[in-house]
Amino acid sequence: MRAVFAFASGGLGGTGLIVSGMTDTRKIQGWLDFLGVWDPTLAFVLTGAVLPMMAAWMLARRLHRSWLGQPIPERPKQRIDGRLIGGSLVFGFGWGLVGLCPGPAIASVSFGGSGGLVFLAALACGMLIAKPIRARLRIA
Amino acid sequence: MMQAEWIQGLAGGLLIGLAGAMFLLVNGRILGPSGILGGLVDGTGGDNRDERFAFITGLAVVPAILAFVAGGASTHITGNMSVIVVAGLLVGIGTRLANGCTGGHGVCGIARLSPRGIVATGVFILGGAVSVYLFRHVWEII
Repeated sequence: MRAVFAFASGGLGGTGLIVSGMTDTRKIQGWLDFLGVWDPTLAFVLTGAVLPMMAAWMLARRLHRSWLGQPIPERPKQRIDGRLIGGSLVFGFGWGLVGLCPGPAIASVSFGGSGGLVFLAALACGMLIAKPIRARLRIA
Repeated sequence: MMQAEWIQGLAGGLLIGLAGAMFLLVNGRILGPSGILGGLVDGTGGDNRDERFAFITGLAVVPAILAFVAGGASTHITGNMSVIVVAGLLVGIGTRLANGCTGGHGVCGIARLSPRGIVATGVFILGGAVSVYLFRHVWEII
């Protein structure tokens, strides 16, 4: 049952990425191009996504378990530290360079061409490179 | 930007938020593509591999069907493979060190008013803006 709803969540999220145009790298780079021809679409996407998610967190706070009996994730114990800031800076740099982050990269695998596949392969390599660094920096 | 684009942005955003709400309230999980994929890739997400795999499959297959039906979908990704490889590596390393990307920190973190999520989102938008400025306007590579 968990896998069925995980598939549905992934599918619904992917549909949202397609509808909002967030699999188009030009729109991501346009949003990040604050000093050029700026494209505000991503702000609308983020607003639309945060509202139902905020309601879900409020509802989740009153539940002890999810509907399938899983615990509601606690707030992470880590603070705002160098790993968060440095990692986000590195991520942002790569995000701007091509205009893809992990969700849209996966969602566009069927129509992203060879460039999309190369991006996913490099993404997976990056995640493997990060594994020993995560262990050394004690990232849970 | 045309009016249709922000309406589509808002509508698509709502679907993404509903997906995140379902994943949290039904599965008790945070919708974070980098963490879900990362746990599969590096083998650290051993306790719920099926759930991770199902999420990634849904995220890839449903848009594939939509793109096939609608036709003409494109990411308009650059043809410069060196740039793609560097970007993919940076996104993979960065999201795993920061423990999140636009989904986990951006959507779920901001919605939870998590200080970490809000700061991470601000920092990766800043990093992306610097990247686009340098590579597009200064060095004119992208």
